[in-house]
Amino acid sequence: MGNELKVPTMAELFAAGQQPEVLFWVGCAGSFDDRAKKITKAFIKILNKAKINFAVLGTEESCTGDPAKRAGNEFLFQMQAVTNIEVMNAYEVKKIVTACPHCFNTIKNEYPGLGGNYEVVHHTQFLKHLLESGKISMEGGQFKGKRITFHDPCYLGRANNVYEAPRDLIRKLDAELVEMKSCKSRGLCCGAGGAQMWKEPEKGNKDINVERTEQAIEVKPDIIAAGCPFCNTMMTDGVKTKDKETSIAVMDIAELIATAEDL
Amino acid sequence: MDYIPNILFAILLIAGIAFFAKNVKKLIRNIKLGKPVDTSDHTSQRWRNMARIALGQTKMVVRPIPGILHIIVYVGFIIINIEVLEIVLDGLLGTHRIFSFLGGFYSFLIASFEILALLVIVAVFLFWVRRNIIKLKRFLNPEMAGWPKKDGNLILYIEFVLMVLFLTMNAADYQLQQMDVAHYTKAGAFPVSQFIAPLFQEMSISSIIVLERTAWWLHITGILMFLNYLYYSKHLHILLAFPNTYFGKVRPKGQFNNLDSVTKEVKLMMDPTADPFAAPDENAAPPEKFGASDVMDLEWVQLLNAYTCTECGRCTSECPANLTGKKLSPRKIMMDTRDRLEEVGKNMDANKGVFVPDGKQLLGDYISHEELWACTTCNACVEACPVSIDPLSIIMDMRQYLVMEQSAAPSDLNNMMGNIENNGAPWPFNQMDRLNWSKES
Repeated sequence: MGNELKVPTMAELFAAGQQPEVLFWVGCAGSFDDRAKKITKAFIKILNKAKINFAVLGTEESCTGDPAKRAGNEFLFQMQAVTNIEVMNAYEVKKIVTACPHCFNTIKNEYPGLGGNYEVVHHTQFLKHLLESGKISMEGGQFKGKRITFHDPCYLGRANNVYEAPRDLIRKLDAELVEMKSCKSRGLCCGAGGAQMWKEPEKGNKDINVERTEQAIEVKPDIIAAGCPFCNTMMTDGVKTKDKETSIAVMDIAELIATAEDL
Repeated sequence: MDYIPNILFAILLIAGIAFFAKNVKKLIRNIKLGKPVDTSDHTSQRWRNMARIALGQTKMVVRPIPGILHIIVYVGFIIINIEVLEIVLDGLLGTHRIFSFLGGFYSFLIASFEILALLVIVAVFLFWVRRNIIKLKRFLNPEMAGWPKKDGNLILYIEFVLMVLFLTMNAADYQLQQMDVAHYTKAGAFPVSQFIAPLFQEMSISSIIVLERTAWWLHITGILMFLNYLYYSKHLHILLAFPNTYFGKVRPKGQFNNLDSVTKEVKLMMDPTADPFAAPDENAAPPEKFGASDVMDLEWVQLLNAYTCTECGRCTSECPANLTGKKLSPRKIMMDTRDRLEEVGKNMDANKGVFVPDGKQLLGDYISHEELWACTTCNACVEACPVSIDPLSIIMDMRQYLVMEQSAAPSDLNNMMGNIENNGAPWPFNQMDRLNWSKES
């Protein structure tokens, strides 16, 4: 199928006098992390297939400031936020979609107080909407009968009460959705949030991602689905620690759909 | 002479309530040491939260066994206050069962109090078993050693004794009613204590009267003592759960405060018309401290949170850091905050209402850096709390102090922040390479 990704930037569209419907906020992980880049591309493929009029900021995008804020550096966070808001307001951005729950939470909840008011949706919500409006259809053949468990990202679930969109999509794949011991509002963190991604964990008797992976393995899944690039990394590492990488795949919801659609 | 009991009762009642009021005043003063915070927003949402979470106990039943047992004790407590009102009126006026004119409804009330009292005894016993025999893990965390453990058990013992006294009082009364003793008019229905009453059959009328009076006096004295015990105990939650759920967070859990003091600075920095060489205003207030290192730096709602915490440990048992053996325990954060606040309050009491620096603070002396940095900000503790306490907000405020006032972040995090500052990403990649992925196959 078409390997060519169509990735218009806001600057290009602006130069051509156009305004996209939605800004795809790629995020730092989605831009730079090798694993997360695959999620970004999978989502772009779906956007291309559904002929969505979107754009990315590209080199004009910068970290939302989430890790700085959660680390306690409010200064750095607000500098980042104000800079990003200036860029987005200059492009008159109205709607934003992102595959990163941390970017999602920060732009949705913390930018309005600093002058950035946008409609922000997580990519699972966006995809669910595409499905419901008939812009994409899912042939879940590949995943039929597969056991898929969904790991709730804290910043999507507990922080913003988005629990059903990713689950609805998994069900649409004709897959068997199995829930872990801790799920939805009682979901267990992957261990990466609150800027933990960038530091060694404090001393304890286990790493959090291993604990979470053990919960996932308990339900004997074929696939652990995630909706966050950081959860994805942590769960992938956890599965490797448990020597299960040949039997359990860790995939983002966007990748599941792109795969099902053979994009 | 006939009035002596009434006078004694009035003195007891006034003393009990006055002492309690004095402690409540202290409690309010301590909470007000916190920074102001606007809680005038989302009024209807706040009332809804209070009705649902505190009154309706919705979060208690997330764990069904302690949840249902708790509801029994809670309903017992609320309803039995009608009985306490009658006891107080009887005590002051020298009457007996003053509400008995309600007739059938009165019988229904007394009967339901009795059944509830029995259920409370059963619930309290099961709670005691959970704490002392089954030894649930969350009651054995390091922060639960010593007073917190004793406090937890004491509350159960007091509630047990109060209920036993209540039933004894009723049983003796019932027996006296059966014997047509003057003053003990036939009133009420006694579905539980009627089975205790036969024990007193052999006793003389005067002995039963002594028994009834003793149980009556001990019961009301016990209640007044329990009221005054609250201030020194985690049991304070029975009062503070209501305001606490009202003032609790109404924004999405992921939304953290944007510090206004920082916004001002950032706006100034980004303002091209600002004069970088302008002399600071001489009358300007000293710059605000960023984040929190002691209880006075916290907002008053956070201090209310600390007094409301009943040390149930549901937060800690859901905390991913704690689950994996790290030092962080959200419950300990709340207990430390309250202990330090009490210490500050006592300091003020000893120094004519002024706080004299004691060389200690919440950060370091109570809460360690290691605990603070172990938090993943996942909000599991906030979600788990049955009374809307937000330990995460205290952790975040202290991290802000560590980073912005003391530059004391772990070095890995300093690298990450340096990268964001220089490259606009937490990793050392150039912002100009941000779109490279679109060209990679």
